[in-house]
Amino acid sequence: MPEPSHRGAPVDAPGISSRPEIDAPAGGAREMLELTQLADREVEELQALHTLDPDQVPADAVKKRLGPLFWFAAGWFLLIVVLALAAPLMERAGFLPDPTKAVKCANPPCSKLGILKQGYLLGTDNLSRDIFSRIVWGARVSLLVGFSSIFFGLVLGGAIGVIAGFFKGKLETVLMALTDMFLAFPAILLALAIITFASTSNPGEEPRLSRQVAVILALTIVSVPPIARLVRASTLVFAQREFVLAARTLGASNLRIMVKEIVPNVLPPIFAFGIIGVAIAITAEGALAFLGLSLQPPNPTWGGMINDGQKFYLDAPHMVLVPCAVLFLTVLSLNLAGDRLREYFDIKESVL
Amino acid sequence: MSRKVIGGPTGTGRDPNAKLLRVVDIKTHFRTEKGTVRAVDGVSFTLDRGRTLGVVGESGSGKTILSRSIMGLLPKRNVVRQGHVYYEGTDIIGLPDEEMRHVWGSEMAMVFQDPMTSLNPVKKIGKQITESLFLHLHMDKQDAHDTALALLSSVGIPEPEQRLNEYPHQLSGGMRQRVVIAIALACGPKLLFADEPTTALDVTVQAQILNLLQQLQRERHMAMILVTHDLGVVAGRTDEIAVMYAGKVVEHAPTPVLFSNMKMPYTEALLSSIPKLDYPSHTRLEVIPGRPPDLINPPRGCRFAPRCKYAQERCLNEEPPLIAAETPGHMFRCWFPVGSPEGEEALSRNLAAGASASGVPVTDVPMPASLAGRS
Ligand SMILES: Nc1ncnc2c1ncn2[C@@H]1O[C@H](COP(=O)(O)OP(=O)(O)O)[C@@H](O)[C@H]1O
Ligand code: SF4
Ligand SMILES: [Mg+2]
Repeated sequence: MPEPSHRGAPVDAPGISSRPEIDAPAGGAREMLELTQLADREVEELQALHTLDPDQVPADAVKKRLGPLFWFAAGWFLLIVVLALAAPLMERAGFLPDPTKAVKCANPPCSKLGILKQGYLLGTDNLSRDIFSRIVWGARVSLLVGFSSIFFGLVLGGAIGVIAGFFKGKLETVLMALTDMFLAFPAILLALAIITFASTSNPGEEPRLSRQVAVILALTIVSVPPIARLVRASTLVFAQREFVLAARTLGASNLRIMVKEIVPNVLPPIFAFGIIGVAIAITAEGALAFLGLSLQPPNPTWGGMINDGQKFYLDAPHMVLVPCAVLFLTVLSLNLAGDRLREYFDIKESVL
Repeated sequence: MSRKVIGGPTGTGRDPNAKLLRVVDIKTHFRTEKGTVRAVDGVSFTLDRGRTLGVVGESGSGKTILSRSIMGLLPKRNVVRQGHVYYEGTDIIGLPDEEMRHVWGSEMAMVFQDPMTSLNPVKKIGKQITESLFLHLHMDKQDAHDTALALLSSVGIPEPEQRLNEYPHQLSGGMRQRVVIAIALACGPKLLFADEPTTALDVTVQAQILNLLQQLQRERHMAMILVTHDLGVVAGRTDEIAVMYAGKVVEHAPTPVLFSNMKMPYTEALLSSIPKLDYPSHTRLEVIPGRPPDLINPPRGCRFAPRCKYAQERCLNEEPPLIAAETPGHMFRCWFPVGSPEGEEALSRNLAAGASASGVPVTDVPMPASLAGRS
């Protein structure tokens, strides 16, 4: 499926060019729409995967080139990961100012905006906070949310999918009906509901969950149905292959067959899909942050930075451009890498 | 070896003096939307330790379902199964999978038709062999490794040490089938099913694989059920042959008897569809006019009547029972057997009329002229 990698369309601060002052609800609505479309496209994608040649098998011995674009994407992504991991170290070493506090500058007031002012790499925002530092710390949030929600989604959705596809019958009907029910909700509404439920509390009480955990939970739940459907489709294909029957004739139990025969076959293509899933989750976290539903200010998140920046886009365009570009490149690189990996794993039976 | 007693709480355990396998009137019917498919419709036979049985019949005659019924590998839903399968004296039909698991692999094993699909493409050969060694024989890593090496050598795979770390796609079709055989034999089963083990292979390696199976079967004194659509495959390699047609055994005889004194027009037709007996050929058996019958509504009388050159009125109305021929161990289902006065008369009557009672055109009969000259 040679399809351009546009799933993770950048969150380019909707409305910013047409209206300098956008009200949150309108912006939120557009975000929701975009996310819903995103989810829909993802479902289409899944349905396409559904009908993929069942005999595709990953074979690590067959060398296929991944191409320079893949390595470029992987390079960018690696850079982001390294920066995110090294953030505390860099802060201790004095390279990275506190992202929540105004930087001291030689020339107060520090609210003057502009790229490379005051010697900081990407300038400061309206509150004189170092943008580079905020990007790096925001990357931690994006990556943590993106990877953990997809990881839990893969574990949960994978288990549901394998069980449904392997046992079929009533169990499959029930599991898939539940999954379809979740799919029927617009993903963003579901996420909103989960976050609102998880993070509200009675007056004077702690919220049920921290914002971070609530966002991860929401995105996990949202990612489970498509993953379950995909894994189930893949399992259906492999469960009827003769090597499963062969394993049974050798005395393997159902659990053993699922874990040792089916999962190793289902995993590689799902792994590639999961990378694209991370891109989507990062985009979704950005959107939630933009709506003020992710980590609360002054903690930096990319979506939050875009939201802050859009109010100043005339005076300080870098405030919105920098996080947009970083989000865009990160999501794009994940999409590219995921697409290439999927093609890479898409090795036909003929090579066997 | 797994020495678990099968039969569970109600079972009586196995009797090593009993026949290895005694199949009594098993029936396997599938309930489908169109009706009940009588895939296996009353098959009985016995098999002693170390003996080989060939099951022959056209595609769709129920050979695969028969072997899966015996092994208890049928789908759970919409299947009606009847009869008894005595393995070492214990009826194993309908045992839950949990109990059959002690039988599968360590007592009975199966070699499948296509090694392309019966090996897991993403697992190394070594792992695929050793898994059942861990499971049934509780070997440690080193023992399992050594056993896997020995198994690969015994099935004639060169450089076995290296092969252990390779994936199935790195081997040729013939080598893959050798691996499948090694896996099936890993835990020393007493009964091996080989379901069309060479049909998916190159003609050049078919004989090698069949010879290997025969050699291993003898060395290990293992019973084997060799399923094929090709009489040529079983000709020199089995002790007995059961010919299946539309879910029933229509002729069963010791191999030499079947070839020298066949009674069934169907067996005769199968034989004449093989160009030579000297080497295994995989000519599809569609040379017999017409198609195998509908298993949902089989013909009322003899199931072969619509295609039989010998067919008379009686064949259309009365189903022939399985009767014993003069040679011990030889049984068949036919009113007008080949070579008998009744059969000769029926054939000449049809020849004179130009058609059988069911309307099959009968002209000059291409009889397998002299069987002695062929084999
Ligand atoms: N699950 C099933 N449901 C319905 N019919 C089946 C099923 N499995 C096999 N059959 C039918 O049973 C018959 C015998 O099949 P099989 O044993 O595979 O034949 P063979 O191995 O001799 O070619 C065929 O007509 C097939 O269509
Ligand atoms: S002669 Fe009659 S009974 Fe015998 S095989 Fe032909 S049709 Fe069946
Ligand atoms: Mg078959």
